[in-house]
This record gives sequence, C-alpha cells and structure tokens, in this order.
Amino acid sequence: MGMTITEKILAAHAGLEEVKTGELINAKVDIALGNDITGPVAIKEFQKMGVKKVFDPDKVVMIPDHFSPAKDIKSAEQCKNLRDFARSQELTHYYEVGQMGIEHCLLPELGIVAPGDLVIGADSHTVTYGALGAFATGVGSTDLAAAMATGEVWLRVPETIKVNLAGKPSNPWVVGKDVILALIGKIGVDGALYQSLEFGGEGLDYLNMDSRFTIANMAVEAGAKNGIMPVDEKTRAYVEGRVKKPYQVYASDSDAVYSNEVEINLTTLKPQVAFPHLPSNTRSIDEVGMVPIDQVVIGSCTNGRMEDMRIAAQILKGKKVHPYLRLIVIPGTQGIYQQCIREGIVDIIIEAGGVFSTPTCGPCLGGYMGILAKGEKALATTNRNFVGRMGHPESEIYLSNPAVAAASAIKGRITAPEEIIGN
Amino acid sequence: MSKYIGRVWRVGNDIDTDLIIAARHLNDASPENLRKNCLQDVIPDFSKKIAKGDIIVAGKNFGCGSSREHAPLAIKHCGISCVVAHSFARIFYRNAINIGLPIITAGNVIEAFQDGDRIEVDVNQGFIRHLDKGQEYQTETFPPFIQEIIAAGNLANYVQWRMKANG
Ligand code: SF4
Repeated sequence: MGMTITEKILAAHAGLEEVKTGELINAKVDIALGNDITGPVAIKEFQKMGVKKVFDPDKVVMIPDHFSPAKDIKSAEQCKNLRDFARSQELTHYYEVGQMGIEHCLLPELGIVAPGDLVIGADSHTVTYGALGAFATGVGSTDLAAAMATGEVWLRVPETIKVNLAGKPSNPWVVGKDVILALIGKIGVDGALYQSLEFGGEGLDYLNMDSRFTIANMAVEAGAKNGIMPVDEKTRAYVEGRVKKPYQVYASDSDAVYSNEVEINLTTLKPQVAFPHLPSNTRSIDEVGMVPIDQVVIGSCTNGRMEDMRIAAQILKGKKVHPYLRLIVIPGTQGIYQQCIREGIVDIIIEAGGVFSTPTCGPCLGGYMGILAKGEKALATTNRNFVGRMGHPESEIYLSNPAVAAASAIKGRITAPEEIIGN
Repeated sequence: MSKYIGRVWRVGNDIDTDLIIAARHLNDASPENLRKNCLQDVIPDFSKKIAKGDIIVAGKNFGCGSSREHAPLAIKHCGISCVVAHSFARIFYRNAINIGLPIITAGNVIEAFQDGDRIEVDVNQGFIRHLDKGQEYQTETFPPFIQEIIAAGNLANYVQWRMKANG
C-alpha cells in the first residue's frame, strides 16, 4: 500500500519502514522552534526536566517576534529570558532585533527549513513550512521543552485529506489567501481536525512560493495538523542558495490512501473575505455589501511577504488612504523591508498616508502597533478574526488578501481591487 | 486519581485560545495573571465565579487557534478540575495532556449537560455520569502511551523519568 508524503516523512524520522494512520510514533526533529511568548514557558519546563544542554544547538531556533521590539517591561523580560537562554546554550539560530522577522517568514527565507524536514514549533503557524514539502506542525511549550531535551516528539500519524487545486485563476487578484479562505469556508474551522491537508493539482503551478506559504500557513485554521505540498521546480528554485544542508525530497505514492478529497476551482474563484468572528465565515468579494472600516493591516506570517508588499504598492501607487482610516503595513522580515525600500514600496505607502513598520507580529495577535478600540472594524491580511484578537472584545476583524486590503484602505470600506484599478 | 466531581460550566463551539486567555495578557505567564484573565471575554469574572473542582463542558473544537500553553494553564490555575468537550483542537489536546489538565472527548454526550448540573468524570475509564439525572455514559479511553504521561502527572516528569531510565 502506498504512502503519502506526510507518512513518508514521519516514517523516516521515526526510523520505520512504514507508518499507519492512527499509530503513535516517536520521531526525531530537525528543527524545534520557539518565540518570545512560548519560549520562556518552554525554557522553564526544560529546566524542570533537569537537562543542562539542548540536544543540538543548530536545531533549536528562538525568535523574538510577537511583542518585539519589546512593547512593555513584561515583554522585555520575556525577550531577555529568550536571549539569555540562546546565549548560554550557544544557539546558532537566535535572531536579535535588527535581524529578526516574523518567525514563519524568516525561517524559509534564511534556508533554516528544508524539504523533507520534520519541524515542530511552539506556534500554531509552524505549519507554514509545509509549502516546502516539509512536515511541520505546531505544538505547545512543554512539547518544545521535551524536544529541546531529547530531540524527539510524540506524534499520532494523521489521516490525510487531499485538496485538488483545479484550473488556472481567471481573476487577476486571486492569490494563495483566497484559495485557503475558500477551502476553510468549505470545510469549516474543524474540517481537517487532527488530519493532514495535502495540496496538489494543476492549480499549484500558477501559485508562486509566497502564495503557497500563505496556503500552508492557514491549514491550522481548518484544524489541520499540517498542510503540505509537493516539491516542484518553484520549490527547488526557492531553496537553492538558501538551504545549506543536504535534504531529501519525498512525494506521495500514486496509490496512497486519503480519508477525503476536496476540490477548489481556481478558475471560478474570486477574492474572498472572512467575516467576524471565524476564518470559515467567508464570502466572495462581490457578496460583501457595505462594510465601512477604521483600519487596514497588511502583514503577518500569512501575508507579510514580498508578493504581498508588491501587490499592496501596485494598488496604492499615486492614491491616498481614506481620511477616516489608518493603514498599517508590516513586512515579515528585515530582508523584505530592505527590498521594499529598494523597490520604492515604502515611499508609495507613506505617500499614500500609510505607516510602514519594522517587522513584528504586533497587531496580528492584538499585541501592539495598531490595537482596535471598542466598536472599531479592521480589514487585515492576517489569519484569525476571533473575538478580541486585535484589541477590544467588541471590535471586529475581516480577513482578505493584500489587494482587497489595499483597495479598501483607499475607499474606507471593503471593496474589490477593480474599483481602484480596472482589469 | 482520575475521578472528578463538580458543577458544570457549559460553553459553546469553537472556544478559541484568544477567548480562553487573550494575547494582551501573554506578556506575563504567572499563574496569578493567567488565572484572573481566564475565559474573561466569555464569562466575565469567570475565575471569581467558579468553585474549586468545577468542570467545563464545551462544544466542538475547544481550544482552537494558537499553540499557547497559557490556555490550559489558565484553566488549571483557575481551579477547574477537568474539561469535557465534544472535540478538542489538536494543539490544545496535546497541551492539556502535557501539562496535566485532565480532559475527555465526549462527542454528543455533552448535549445532556447544562450550566450548574453536577457531573462525575473518570478520565482513565472514559466514564461520565450525570449526577442529577443519574445517567451514565461511556466514551473512548486514552491509548496506553498517553496514559503513561497522564500517570506521570505531566510531560516534564515523564521525560525526566524516561531520560533517567535510559541513563
Ligand atoms: S504574525 Fe500573527 S499568526 Fe503569525 S506568528 Fe505572529 S502572531 Fe502568530
């Protein structure tokens, strides 16, 4: 019986010939990741385990990105805790303010994750690396502590849902965000609970790596354990020159077994908007109606990459942000920040009346840099529109792709990009 | 010990980790901070209203969203003895087991319970009893490996024990 790409990676890391769905395995990890919120809790647990040194200082990665540059004294203490640990353990991959970025943008950019890797991270959006053909999943701080001590993690081999991306997008503004919002709208926020989402089909050929990261990133919003994609020419071109370690490419067998199959038709797909308060609450852009907004945020590990910045700038060029609205643009990494300067994107956004921030998670999780007051509405390119996620429990978040977000920033209400620039 | 008796706090579907402990409180992982802000946006003053040993009975996908272990920790620090849900989000499920917060996946059994009902739960046996109505329900038990973690109290103890055993 054939195996899926997920099953093959899990088997290889558990030292087994094959694995079966539902089986509990102990697997070796290639990367164990923590941040300034989950890291300190993991460090405390690690110390409780009575272990002196992490299993491999090249494989434990700590990124201060959530409340960093530190937003207040307590956050500063958490960042310091991470920093002290990284220094005393001599971690190779610790990135200080000035080099750091949002973890899930930074790790692929620096080539820290390779195809075929098994990655666990004390952050639910660790699933992002599935776009590289790696098995990547979110865990908690105690799991991270155990992996830092032993180099292993316990996992249940998940069933896999196959997602067939059919056809070529016909709407010029459709990107990865719309694909994944449409999928979550279709199967629900627990539609892939405990399962793996495996993306494939012709449609993948039309999606660049940035769009693919967005899709894998939000697999967790459907409850999935991981979201994974095959390695193709685009993946190879992306990892070339970045990944310095040897790696192995896995692919699903043609007779692999899937628990279910879902199709998303890219040809008929239009930009999607998720209404409060769940990412599954999606509508096509032409069914949105009149929704005035107070703030637009373009950034996060979902849409803070170069493609997203370029799309936003394309729409905002020579235009002005609506006078009753705040536009906040946050690039995912220092590398993306610098590229935005080179391409004149920062100027375009500032001239339009927006702000351009240093990389940080910031408002995505309601930390800082754009918190909402009671009753305010925001449109964000982030991944969660839960109650209170960006500020006051009575504020509201809508989710979209960067083109819709930029166009809406100009209009002051949620709108299609075509209303700003024609087809 | 795997048996818990308490009063039911009934919550709905998709209670996410931001509702359990909002990110604005995550700059401080102290038990006191987590306890007082637990489920604040769902049931105001939750931590003051509950009695030690009370039990949360929730709908589908409890704990969806972020990986923050602060969520099960906040519930534990409040004095909640056990969480019964139709289903749990994946990371919350792991985290609860790893930190030693007893949980049980109960499917439609949760429909039998309302706020204030009295419930008895045996996590190891997968057994639930409605103490007011006298009804009993059997659910699935944990696989042996997870039972070992539960028996050790939490994953930290389990790892310590295993590392010692392996020399
Ligand atoms: S950008 Fe948002 S979703 Fe991504 S890691 Fe940061 S807080 Fe989490």
